[in-house]
Amino acid sequence: MSIWEYANPVKFMRTSGAVLPWVVAAAALATVGGLVWGFLTPEDYKQGSTVKIVFLHVPAALMAINIWLMMLVASLIWLVRRHHVSALAAKAAAPVGAVMTLIALITGAIWGQPMWGTWWEWDPRLTSFLILFLFYLGYMALWEAVENPDSAADLTGVLCLVGSVFAILSRYAVNFWNQGLHQGASLSVAPGERMSAIYRYPLYLSMLGFFLLFLALLLIRTRTEIRRRRLAALLARENRA
Amino acid sequence: MTELGKYAGTVLAAYGASLVLLAGIVVQTVLANSRARRALQEHERRG
Repeated sequence: MSIWEYANPVKFMRTSGAVLPWVVAAAALATVGGLVWGFLTPEDYKQGSTVKIVFLHVPAALMAINIWLMMLVASLIWLVRRHHVSALAAKAAAPVGAVMTLIALITGAIWGQPMWGTWWEWDPRLTSFLILFLFYLGYMALWEAVENPDSAADLTGVLCLVGSVFAILSRYAVNFWNQGLHQGASLSVAPGERMSAIYRYPLYLSMLGFFLLFLALLLIRTRTEIRRRRLAALLARENRA
Repeated sequence: MTELGKYAGTVLAAYGASLVLLAGIVVQTVLANSRARRALQEHERRG
């Protein structure tokens, strides 16, 4: 069996329909469990109760970057192998990625105000995240602006390649430019920098929840795009007849 | 109930904004999917 079998829309619809209820249930359990567990953690000695924002901010930021990288892989598959399901999956992922980026930006600003004394700073990581958000908006706008779906998939695929620079910069900006307010990795494995287990385990669960939530939304939205494409093809065939 | 102390507004604002955005994308996804399914089913039924 090959992974390319799932590039067939019929096979994709059948397989995704079978796994979707399980993914939705797992996503609901892990997301609600992670966020409730995180909300009930004790105050941090330095940051007080604002530490609870980490359970939203870090998983959202992680997904914001990784969703763009998933879109990059799907776009490359489209550009190289012309599998329509991969192009539709990239299109389906973008609004979820935009929401994750917006959550990371908003929670970061709300958290930054009491901790840094400012809502916003033109810091390398914050700025690259804002640009990533604008790339998400541009990507979605381009899909809507181009009428021919194959041309739209080509153009958005190229835009995705360009935007990947900012997805990677968002992740490594702190390391590239050792300046700005934003700290390094929240889940460092370096001795002495490791997050306490009280916060680490609910954070892992919340990260799993956000990933599963994305997977559930991606499957549903890709199914929606396949149905829309099928309806458009049927209407076009009728109009030609 | 967990104690949020002097940062209660900050924490609740972060959770509130995030949950609204998450709920928004979930609801929009489900509604768009059911609309697309219904439209395709109706078209196929009409032949």
